[in-house]
Amino acid sequence: MPEPMGFYTDTTVCIGCKACEVACKEWNQLPATGGGRHEMSGDSYDNTQRLDGIHWRHVKFVEQFSEDRNDGRWLMMSDVCKHCVRAPCLEVCPTGAIIRTEFDTVVIQSDACNGCRLCIAACPFGVIDINPASDTAQKCTLCYDRLQVGMEPACSQACPTDSIRFGTIRELKQQAETRVRQLHQLGERRARLYGADQKFLGGLNSFYLLVDEPETYGLPRSPRMPTRNLLPSALLSTAGAVVIALLGLVGLRKRLMDDRAEPREDADV
Amino acid sequence: MSDTFFTGSPHWAWWIILYFFIGGIAGGAFFLSALLHLFGRPVDRPLVRLGYYSAFVGVILSGFLLTIDLDRPLRFWHMLIESNTGRPMFKAWVPMSVGSWGLLLFGLFAFLAALTALSEDRPDVKWLQSAPVRALRGRGAAATIAVLGSLFGFFLAGYTGVLLAVTNRPIWADSTLLGLLFLVSAASTGAATLILLAAWRRAGHPASLDWLGWFDRRVLVLELLVLIAFLITLGSVARAFLNWWGVLLLVGVVGIGIVVPLLMERGHKVRAPRHLVRSAALVLLGGFLLRVVVLLSSNQIHVLGSGVTGR
Repeated sequence: MPEPMGFYTDTTVCIGCKACEVACKEWNQLPATGGGRHEMSGDSYDNTQRLDGIHWRHVKFVEQFSEDRNDGRWLMMSDVCKHCVRAPCLEVCPTGAIIRTEFDTVVIQSDACNGCRLCIAACPFGVIDINPASDTAQKCTLCYDRLQVGMEPACSQACPTDSIRFGTIRELKQQAETRVRQLHQLGERRARLYGADQKFLGGLNSFYLLVDEPETYGLPRSPRMPTRNLLPSALLSTAGAVVIALLGLVGLRKRLMDDRAEPREDADV
Repeated sequence: MSDTFFTGSPHWAWWIILYFFIGGIAGGAFFLSALLHLFGRPVDRPLVRLGYYSAFVGVILSGFLLTIDLDRPLRFWHMLIESNTGRPMFKAWVPMSVGSWGLLLFGLFAFLAALTALSEDRPDVKWLQSAPVRALRGRGAAATIAVLGSLFGFFLAGYTGVLLAVTNRPIWADSTLLGLLFLVSAASTGAATLILLAAWRRAGHPASLDWLGWFDRRVLVLELLVLIAFLITLGSVARAFLNWWGVLLLVGVVGIGIVVPLLMERGHKVRAPRHLVRSAALVLLGGFLLRVVVLLSSNQIHVLGSGVTGR
């Protein structure tokens, strides 16, 4: 078995060139637009806007400006499927279309997906969506086809600043920890890793170096498994069913007692 | 900000809203009919048959709505059979997977119950009086169909809310009370449907309608309490309703669907079926709007991260 593979994305060196987006689309033959529909964000230089069925890589432009526009900064982050160690999408997929590969990555088998869209609602990061070309749920495969023949994923190979790094998770974590220490020494005390440890979802096989709170980048602080709600929801519903059944029986009993006390003209015998 | 705000919408809209509504009615109507079947009197039989028919129609419509909502409808069977191995597909921890089997089995019992009802209604049709159908009408078989069908009916009524809770979407996954809320709402809309059908077909005996009205009033109070508890458990996420969805929830679901029917029926003893019919129509409208608000209010929420913000 190969070692778990993944991405480490250092957002501090991302320049927002979107070469990764283009490389991903080229390799995976994804359409440039959804059915020829060009959608402009209108409030940002980022017009891809989000990850979805035809954007498996997306460079976020977090554009922060003071009110007088004299001060500002751009945070760039190349976002992608996190290939969670405990993947909510894989957990809930009712058709078995989502699988874990020998590289510990998460892949949707398009020929098995029936487009129920439950994985979209389960993904804590808003990664998955329907590809209008196939009418199935799709997302980054971490270039499973390239990995199988020993190649690097298209996005990390195309990245001109090495913001996206590909490798074994063990090596990537070492690189990331070294980089965090370096940034701290340089005075960037906000530098922290997101998803490199096992604090949530068993860890992310695509983890990040951030220089602000996760929410600033549109990332949840503590993503959780959707099944956390299963037991309490099911128990409360079952209790409700018992109460409703008892209520119906009490009503029938009351009707019987009322009829005995005061027989109705229309009551049968 | 809740972590659920960073997820993407599954675009479940009108087909699913209709399914949640009709599936709930089917489950509720079957359970109420089964209760009258098992513990009622002979005068309740017309309503029992009406309930079994409506449950069967409801489950057929449910299957149809679920299928057409899929982006690949011809692959609907992938929910039941693993497409690349041919083995049964079942995940006990996934409400959608359990629900697919639950709907199938509820459909079986709803079909059998509707068949026995039809056999009772149409003594002139020869095949309906054949030995297998007559066997289904036997006391033991009919009771088994009623009990098992009720269990699956309850499941169908409530699992839809549990399914929403077992996601990571805002509002749905921020409370564990949606399953209970949909279940109670299914009981009230099931009763309301039976009242309306009985009035339309002139089939329900006043004693049966009396009981339905009595039941519906109490379930509506329960629904109001569960709805309030649901909003409380949402915590800060309840602010997502500070918009037109909140207005629709307050006016449509609570006002028109719960409070007005309760006030209309207050002080009326059933023999005024017009009141019962009017309030039943409002209860149905409220039940539908509840599902509209819950589904669509969540669909609109998605924090992207990208874009210009203040510093």
